Amino acid sequence: MSTTTTQALPSGARPAPRSSILVATSAVAAAGTMLMFGMLAMWLKFRDASSLRESARGKMIHDWLPADIKIPEVATNTMAITMVIACVMAQWAVYSTRRNDSSHATLALAITSIIGIAVINAQVAVYLQMEMGLTDGVYQTMFYAITGTMMVLLVTGVAFSVVTMFRAVAGRLGDSSVMSSHALYWYFLTAVFVVLWFVVYVQK
Amino acid sequence: MNTVNPTAATGVAPPSNLLGVVANWITTTDHKKIGRLFVGASALWMLIIVGVGIALGVERIAPKSSILNANSVTQLFAMLRTGASFGVLLPLSLGFGIAVVPTQIGSRSLSFARLAMFGFYAWIIASGLVIGSFIANGGPGGGDPQMVDLYLLGIGIGVVGVIAASVSLLTTVLTSRRTGLSLLDVPMFSWSVFVGAISAVLTLPVLLSSLIYVAVDHHYARLVFGGNEGINTWLGWGFSQPQTFLYVIPAIGLLAELAPIAARIRQPLRGAMLVGVGLVSTAMFGTVTQTPHMFVWGGTLTDKAKSAIPYAWFNLLPVLGVVVVTLLALLAIQKGTTRLIAPFVPTFLGVGMIVVGMAGNAVQMIDSAKLTGSVFEEAAVTYITYGAMLCAWGAISYFGPALWGRKIPDASVIALGALGLFATVLAAAPYYFAKDQAAGVVSDFDYSGPQTVFNSIVSFGHVLMGVCLLSAIAISIKSLRSGEVASGTVWSDQ
Repeated sequence: MSTTTTQALPSGARPAPRSSILVATSAVAAAGTMLMFGMLAMWLKFRDASSLRESARGKMIHDWLPADIKIPEVATNTMAITMVIACVMAQWAVYSTRRNDSSHATLALAITSIIGIAVINAQVAVYLQMEMGLTDGVYQTMFYAITGTMMVLLVTGVAFSVVTMFRAVAGRLGDSSVMSSHALYWYFLTAVFVVLWFVVYVQK
Repeated sequence: MNTVNPTAATGVAPPSNLLGVVANWITTTDHKKIGRLFVGASALWMLIIVGVGIALGVERIAPKSSILNANSVTQLFAMLRTGASFGVLLPLSLGFGIAVVPTQIGSRSLSFARLAMFGFYAWIIASGLVIGSFIANGGPGGGDPQMVDLYLLGIGIGVVGVIAASVSLLTTVLTSRRTGLSLLDVPMFSWSVFVGAISAVLTLPVLLSSLIYVAVDHHYARLVFGGNEGINTWLGWGFSQPQTFLYVIPAIGLLAELAPIAARIRQPLRGAMLVGVGLVSTAMFGTVTQTPHMFVWGGTLTDKAKSAIPYAWFNLLPVLGVVVVTLLALLAIQKGTTRLIAPFVPTFLGVGMIVVGMAGNAVQMIDSAKLTGSVFEEAAVTYITYGAMLCAWGAISYFGPALWGRKIPDASVIALGALGLFATVLAAAPYYFAKDQAAGVVSDFDYSGPQTVFNSIVSFGHVLMGVCLLSAIAISIKSLRSGEVASGTVWSDQ
């Protein structure tokens, strides 16, 4: 009995992977950016609408930050620098994942989480040092609203880091887009925080 | 293209007992069910809106006497404004998008279906909070501070939910298309849902940012944003034109989809059609500035240009987008061998009403027309909302066979579409002429003109729309249960 062999056509090329989580994270980052920039725009609007007064150096400035309130600049500057370091850690996690290095990916994500918690802790310290009530005035109300919203975003970033870390601990490094998404989210958090830091804490 | 039967795919029989059915629905990740939940729940909001329209219309027939107390009137006006956007337009767009887009682009499911389901839960819970706050005198301008807080909380939760569902939708379109289907080749409805989802993701967070400030201030201090009276000042843009234009983009996409099917040709100038739908989304630039861009004809030539350019950019460009889509739809009808398909009728009429509403907004933004603060804006909102409801009827009749496998009789679709058009014109058109009637009041207005006739016609229009709505719900349920079984799929015509 003769047998015939059918030559099957070769499979087509695999479609390019479409990283759903990366796209979704980008959309969330875009939404978060609009949220924080919307808040900053209103902050600037109210600051520009405030009356003018003479500063201690004799310059005319907006009477926005009450004279008796001092912003703890060391803490706020440290927060900004720390956020940049968080990006480096998040990118290290991506690098380790691509090398299938679970232990370093886990370490990088753990440090990212701790950095996030440290920044939240620093923000609470800033609140305590500034010693102002939420209902004391326009500046105080808006300050707590905008920095509080930033804290909420930071908490989501820490949660993202912790969940991703557990994935790394479990060895689920096959889909590197999760790690890239995590890094993207921290880039977004850092970019937004740096702008907030400049407007609220530096320009005052 | 075939639609996906999740039961067949999983091999799991659907539950037969009531508890099982309920559990199946509330924990579902099936995009068709999530979409139907959005659309079904928005029908309840439609009934509320129509009821509020009737109540306010009747109250305004006799301006010297009043049935409702002042607080109730304030809340009803706020409910009309909030409900039209938040309760009707947004969930309708999302619901049809979630139900239909995956099947149109050849995806087995929605990307992050649980995120979309979270969006539905957030929105439905928020709807309950918002309606409860209105009932307890807590909407914008309400007298109960705790209920006003509840209203703000509800809107915040709802906005987060809508953003979540929009993220799921736009991710689906970007990442889950079947192999070989480029973004520019997706069906026009999916394209419009994609554009609408991007617009929502970019504009609603700005609304949320204002809302956070207003909510914090209202709850703790009431120093900055005017307390309960300031809510409309700071958040009103999210429930008004041109923001509402973004919510109806899928309705315009539906017309773009149906026109070449009715004409039985490929859409001429399809690229221009894509651009037309995209142009409507330019409304987002106007909304995120949170300022009405009025056209003031005065001063030097430079002053006129400074006023005219933002006015045209923010108010006319979206209208141009709809006009482009409508003209191209008509071009397809004119060039093809057209046959009447029932869903095209309410969709075409609905988009026509939306165009009238958009044009009304453009006229209202001309300073010398002196329409600000009159019922003119209410008429524009009514045109857009009821126009979108007509398009929703077109969508249900067109997509119904793909969603539940049964058809809605053509005669019902066309008849209700025509009746809906009549109701919309009656409910809105008189207020385009009653420009001397102040907005937001039901009594103590007096102007030269047939004010009693105007308000009576408006009330009758809302009643008629209520009849249309109840009929549409009844016909849809009947079709779902015992309608003619659809042969093939709606996509086979494409």
